[in-house]
Amino acid sequence: MTRNYLLRDVSPLGEGTTDVLLADGIIAAIGAGAEAQAQDPVIINGSGLVLLPGLVDLHTHLREPGREDAETVRSGTRAAAMGGFTAVHAMANTTPTQDTAGVVEQVWRLGRDAGWVDVRPIGAVTVGLEGERLAELGAMAESAAQVRVFSDDGKCVHDPVVMRRALEYVKAFDGVIAQHAQEPRLTEGAQMHEGVVSAELGLAGWPAVAEEAIIARDVLLAEHVGSRLHVCHLSTAGSVEIIRWAKSRGIDVTAEVTPHHLILTDELARGYDPVFKVNPPLRTQRDVEAVREGLADGTIDIVATDHAPHTREDKDCEWGAAAFGMTGLETALSVVQETMVDTGRMTWADVARVLSTTPARIGRVTDHGRPIAVGEPANLTLVDPGIRRVVVPEEQATHSVNSPFRGRELAGCVIATWLRGRATVMDGSACDESVVVSS
Amino acid sequence: MKHLLSTADLDVADAVRILDTAGSMAATQAREIKKLPTLRGRTVVNLFFEDSTRTRISFETAAKRLSADVINFSAKGSSVSKGESLKDTALTLQAMGADAVVIRHHASGAPHTLATSGWTHGAVINAGDGMHQHPTQALLDAYTLRRHLAGPGDVTGRDLTGLRIAIVGDVLHSRVARSNVHLLHTLGAEVVLVAPPTLLPVGVGAWPARVSYHLDEVLADEKPDAIMMLRVQRERMSSAGGGFFPSPLEYTRRYGLDARRLALLPEHAIVLHPGPMNRGLEISADAADSTRAVIVEQVANGVAVRMAVLYLLLAGGDAPARAAAPTDDMKVDA
Repeated sequence: MTRNYLLRDVSPLGEGTTDVLLADGIIAAIGAGAEAQAQDPVIINGSGLVLLPGLVDLHTHLREPGREDAETVRSGTRAAAMGGFTAVHAMANTTPTQDTAGVVEQVWRLGRDAGWVDVRPIGAVTVGLEGERLAELGAMAESAAQVRVFSDDGKCVHDPVVMRRALEYVKAFDGVIAQHAQEPRLTEGAQMHEGVVSAELGLAGWPAVAEEAIIARDVLLAEHVGSRLHVCHLSTAGSVEIIRWAKSRGIDVTAEVTPHHLILTDELARGYDPVFKVNPPLRTQRDVEAVREGLADGTIDIVATDHAPHTREDKDCEWGAAAFGMTGLETALSVVQETMVDTGRMTWADVARVLSTTPARIGRVTDHGRPIAVGEPANLTLVDPGIRRVVVPEEQATHSVNSPFRGRELAGCVIATWLRGRATVMDGSACDESVVVSS
Repeated sequence: MKHLLSTADLDVADAVRILDTAGSMAATQAREIKKLPTLRGRTVVNLFFEDSTRTRISFETAAKRLSADVINFSAKGSSVSKGESLKDTALTLQAMGADAVVIRHHASGAPHTLATSGWTHGAVINAGDGMHQHPTQALLDAYTLRRHLAGPGDVTGRDLTGLRIAIVGDVLHSRVARSNVHLLHTLGAEVVLVAPPTLLPVGVGAWPARVSYHLDEVLADEKPDAIMMLRVQRERMSSAGGGFFPSPLEYTRRYGLDARRLALLPEHAIVLHPGPMNRGLEISADAADSTRAVIVEQVANGVAVRMAVLYLLLAGGDAPARAAAPTDDMKVDA
């Protein structure tokens, strides 16, 4: 039996203020009459707070099974709830790889047992992410995990024939291929964005063209076979242009940008601090401007975190030896607020679109990313845009501390998150685990 | 100056001070007894994660001439090859009381990481990191250039204003080129980089240097005062090595320094090479062994420059006014 919550004077999608009653796992009432229907509710003063549909991440690395020293499904999903998420897609590059029905079901069950968010496993496109032979995509689609998103993320499905077959094959069960666009030969040994900074630092370059060439090829393949394509973590101005062109041609492509590519640049590599080493790499200020513009005008459909926790030993070393990746679940919404909302480029309704509604649609997650309306499942998050907080990685819920925002002040804070009417976060703190799991 | 990580960190006063100090050191090396007591009781660790007998011996000689205790730590056959991290190695050396760590590492930025991580409290001297920097090489090159070209008379206190230096070869992979471009620019020289387009980094346009793809044009039009030939690895031509040029023969024809090109240089111009040379690839025997070549002298100057760097970092030569100090001290000591 979940409790009832009466949110007084909240601002759904940042538009107007009203009362919202959550009861029996759904939004039971909205408006002046909500209070009258409430039975012994927890009352939350929502004045100044924005109510959003629970966020949906299309790109999360939960690391379990295999790298439980960096993150577990439990710690990663708790971090997700703290960041305002109610559903996350768990990337396939675990050990063993999520390339069989058995492994995706295991991850799905771990998520269900943890109870912080709904975990939707992503299936590998090819066996062992090797890029050679299709994994049993149909079996994963029909498993209890009901996989709809397939990706070799971390590696690119670089063989054009394999990519074509994958795009075609998943049409049978309404799947989508989420491509990590990285031409492997152009990025051998690559350490950072290829440009002025890499030239000076003597770090092997990761050229923009290595991303853009694959995206250009893939949108043409998707057009040719009439399939759905999703582009992971797009990072360059040129990629934005290609997606814009593809959409103008009516190609069924969606694209994501990460929070870090919205705000950080390759200049940060100058200190050789591996916390800024990520794949695709941080690009230039011009690219940052282009992805912000692309997100604002809808060319880029969603923001996805690419939350990539790593152990201390994988980052506490020289740049070349360090792992690629940075955490992001608990800072994503703040970065979007700071770069897009506070700058006047997007509304909170747009935020709901790029961080909830559209990612849910791409991932075919039916009960998330829903409108804030009576009768809808109470998957919601409540945000205080007025708070500013300094990021302290050690205080985050994620098991790893490789946040690029250490010591940086960011705007906004998640106050509460509900999964089917059950609070996972309240007053900015994760709810007691026993309550979360048992209720 | 606490560390020496990159020539980009040096201003003209720093650079001239190091060169002047190196001049004082070199003067002491002409004596019968070369050893100075300056760093007695101090410990210098040569931490080499990459093979480099020449650079290591040069640093070792420099430290020993200053009476420092020298520990050579080579990654080969040590615990590093068994997976010990840079961090643990550094902590170990710190625990043993290293006053300075001379580090050579295959990863660009490793000396920077060592200097800023808190793993060691000693001075960190970059002896070559990946494709990034090799500052003492650039300093010894500048020292050599100044000695030959900044005259006449005593060159102490002078910079390299007005000199034209051509740096030829694999700029892309060269820490020597990166170090020299910054340092020579700081010292007032004009640098032109000559290389096939494949061996220049994307982003080279932001460097304080001009770029040419044609060695013969540069020799004819620029009349460089010095030409610095960079080592080119034969493996770079293969597909697996990156396919940067079609064949060694074509490279030599277009970018090699041979007798014909040597003759195109102005009368006073000198030829430098950081070594080890690929005779017959980037430089012919005619050029390498000519009277213009100062390649062997570069090696000798390397010891003096490294003595200067160790002295300035460890003996607290922080104020410019103290730059002249070693000469006097040493006269007394010697």
